[in-house]
Amino acid sequence: MKVYKYGANVDTDVIIPARHLNDPSPAALASHCMEDLDAAFASTVEAGDIIVAGPNFGCGSSREHAPLAIKSCGVKCVIAPSFARIFYRNAINIGFPIVECPQAAEEIQAGDQVDVDFATGTITDSTQGKTWQAAPFPAFIEGIIQSGGLLNSLKARGVAK
Amino acid sequence: MGMTMTQKILAKAAGLESVEAGQLIEARLDLVLGNDITTPVAITEFEKAGFTQVFDRDRIAIVLDHYTPCKDIKSAQLCKQAREFAQKHNITHFFDVGQMGVEHALLPEKGLCAPGEVIIGADSHTCTYGALGAFSTGVGSTDMAAGMATGLLWFKVPSAIKVTLKGKLQPYVSGKDVILHLIGQIGVDGALYQSLEFAGEGVASLSMDDRFTISNMAIEAGGKNGIFPVDEKTMEYINGRVSRPCEAFSADPDAVYTREAVIDLDTLEPTVALPHLPENTKTVREVAGLPINQVVIGSCTNGRISDLRAAAAILKGKKIAPGVRCVVIPATQEIVLQAMKEGLIETFIQAGAAVSTPTCGPCLGGHMGVMAEGERAVSTTNRNFVGRMGHVTSEIILASPAVAAASAVAGCVADPRNDC
Repeated sequence: MKVYKYGANVDTDVIIPARHLNDPSPAALASHCMEDLDAAFASTVEAGDIIVAGPNFGCGSSREHAPLAIKSCGVKCVIAPSFARIFYRNAINIGFPIVECPQAAEEIQAGDQVDVDFATGTITDSTQGKTWQAAPFPAFIEGIIQSGGLLNSLKARGVAK
Repeated sequence: MGMTMTQKILAKAAGLESVEAGQLIEARLDLVLGNDITTPVAITEFEKAGFTQVFDRDRIAIVLDHYTPCKDIKSAQLCKQAREFAQKHNITHFFDVGQMGVEHALLPEKGLCAPGEVIIGADSHTCTYGALGAFSTGVGSTDMAAGMATGLLWFKVPSAIKVTLKGKLQPYVSGKDVILHLIGQIGVDGALYQSLEFAGEGVASLSMDDRFTISNMAIEAGGKNGIFPVDEKTMEYINGRVSRPCEAFSADPDAVYTREAVIDLDTLEPTVALPHLPENTKTVREVAGLPINQVVIGSCTNGRISDLRAAAAILKGKKIAPGVRCVVIPATQEIVLQAMKEGLIETFIQAGAAVSTPTCGPCLGGHMGVMAEGERAVSTTNRNFVGRMGHVTSEIILASPAVAAASAVAGCVADPRNDC
């Protein structure tokens, strides 16, 4: 699956500009995803593609619309050295995979064919013939992801009505 | 091992004797906040999950402040969804047009935030209430839904950076200059996953409004929260606003910090952040003279009464420069009334500024001051990202109300200490 590569501090305003937040439907969000950073993204992205970026991905506004937009485009995951903390929470809470791996984020190039095995954390770049290993999530967070998101995990525990 | 102020609040809310950085906990929430952009997404998730009841109708605040009074039909639909949910669940603290203000100015004013409390908000600037010695942090809509359903949320206990403030602010220098200077020093991810804990003898001289401004922008350094010690000024602020019992926490003497940053308030200069990151800071004198098209004075960062006073002191008897639009947005209805009583609104209008009802509006490029291609603003808001206030090629320079007002008069970035 092909890679889109971006720099450091990709903020949620460029991932999904606020002028499009008045329609939070997944299709509308997907159609404007990355609009102010890469105008071609929404029209060229295909299911299974991967975003690779620099540190502090998803900084700025708490808008969950940002990971929702990326997820709704069919993107498989985002690989970065670090994520802004609200984006990190939001991605986990909606069951969208994010992978912290500084070396992979640095070495993978735009257009490379890359795949990620979430079960093992192995990132494979078949263009460069390289693999990297991402650190696993803590068990608590892995549990949220396995449940399909935070609300499903709360329901399973029976802590809400 | 000693705990930071944040860690002590989180330990108590999690029902634990102690916690340490990196630990995953589930904490009890005192307040769950959302706005007209984030609440609808939370409601959809809440209902999709099959939840039927909120955990406590008195501990949820919904403020319709971002695109209100509604800028278009789609925004109106979102507000309608939030309004109907608030009615259905009989939410006590629901603020619609006419009562609402910019949420992070409104909630403290209404006494909904107090020392020692744990507050989450589906808005990144929820960290503002750290000014009152509360743990408060921005989250997403799913977190808001979880909080509304259970009154509980998971957190990773943060480590902390200690920010020691020395000396006393000089005339025309404010809390905005303190936080911009700090972000310039540590970077937009300098406090990633961490608390900013403010300390030192310089804290005492800071007004509550200065502290709100500083805590508000902790997120722009990547911080989870930005918290101040509780002192006489805090108690004076909550007196008459908060009647429930609350607890002032303080950091242990042997609390562990990952690093310390020191800011000398005596020598701090009026500071601005150039496009397109809040860490691109310069002293105003280094960039004075840059031409501008617009000035915005308002927002959850700088729309409080002392911000308006600082701007009015400079605009009094002056005119906004030809070719510059100046938009002033008091953050709450109470602030509008106070500004009217003090004659500040008259000063703004006579200077040629537009004065708006409370709204987040232009800060996020929503309405009430969206910029065209290639335009540049000096703004007292909190973010200068690409396209934040309008066209993708427009530019924002972040500044204090004093710098913004001086710039509006000069028609370019200007130092408020000079005669403009």
